Amino acid sequence: MSLARSAFFRGLSAALPFTVIVIPFGMLFGVVATEAGLHVWETMVFTLSVFAGASQFAAIQTLQEQAPAAIVLVTALAVNLRMVMYSVALAPHFGQAPRWTRALMSYFLVDQTFATATVEFEKNPDLTTAEKVAFFFGSVTPVAPLWFAASLAGALIGRAVPPEWALDFALPITFLAMVAPMLRSLPHVVAAGLSILLSLALAWMPYGTGLLVAASLSMAAGALLDAWMERRA
Amino acid sequence: MIDRSTFWIVVPLLAIGTYLIRFSFLGTLGNRPLPAWATRALKFTAVAILPALVAPGVLWPAATGGESDPARLTAAVVTLATGIATRNTLSAIAAGAATLYAMLWVLS
Repeated sequence: MSLARSAFFRGLSAALPFTVIVIPFGMLFGVVATEAGLHVWETMVFTLSVFAGASQFAAIQTLQEQAPAAIVLVTALAVNLRMVMYSVALAPHFGQAPRWTRALMSYFLVDQTFATATVEFEKNPDLTTAEKVAFFFGSVTPVAPLWFAASLAGALIGRAVPPEWALDFALPITFLAMVAPMLRSLPHVVAAGLSILLSLALAWMPYGTGLLVAASLSMAAGALLDAWMERRA
Repeated sequence: MIDRSTFWIVVPLLAIGTYLIRFSFLGTLGNRPLPAWATRALKFTAVAILPALVAPGVLWPAATGGESDPARLTAAVVTLATGIATRNTLSAIAAGAATLYAMLWVLS
């Protein structure tokens, strides 16, 4: 087996555990989107073109609150801003790859593929660019198709889900479950705590603008505290 | 219900914007470092946004007409606590969902 080929399969198996979360999360998106009134094809256009779960949920939620397009867009893009970091971190590894390859990889740059790639490249720093590219696309293979298929399945069963299932609360639970493991340091805890308090205190502001104020201030507070603690350490 | 014209403004722009975020450094030539303050701030985007996105809905759920609901509130607290304790998103979701259904069943 060629080295690139074995790198591809290493990437594929490294990303396999993520299917456990991608399948229910994708289905949930399909269900939530159709419950919000979207057609199956609209749900699929959305999920195929954006391909960023958390921001898709955020957009659905703010759209349901009848927020203006600009607010929905800013909120959803803010959720995706963390990917700038992913792009920065992976760039040195793929500088030698052709531009169209990097353009294609950009579409598939999600939490899961970023996480598997950084772990692998740290473990095996001597991989060639071709092997790294193969590894990356290997890790995409179980994640992306399953996300799309799960969205479709969720969209198809969406309207059949009865209200007693309390699916309205699936989204809060999912987001809280995503955030909790990130609370690793005091600045993270402060940012999250402030985010909760401010969003409640500013909930009177129209169209979810309170959310944007709360998020910006919490982010600044986390970053400032982090910088201050680092200077003191 | 979602307003269709807003939806169709948002989706293409969100798709393009998200793509450009991903393409930003990977697509342009790669080794320019980000300023330290930006790297630091970006670390906190998820923890700053996601809680603010859900907190009002946890305290005042739309499904109950904005009345605080003990089942949903307890489920949220259990999810957060489990996630912090286990550092595992899936266990937190499972614990939160189990709590929600148990509470809804007990209270009904």
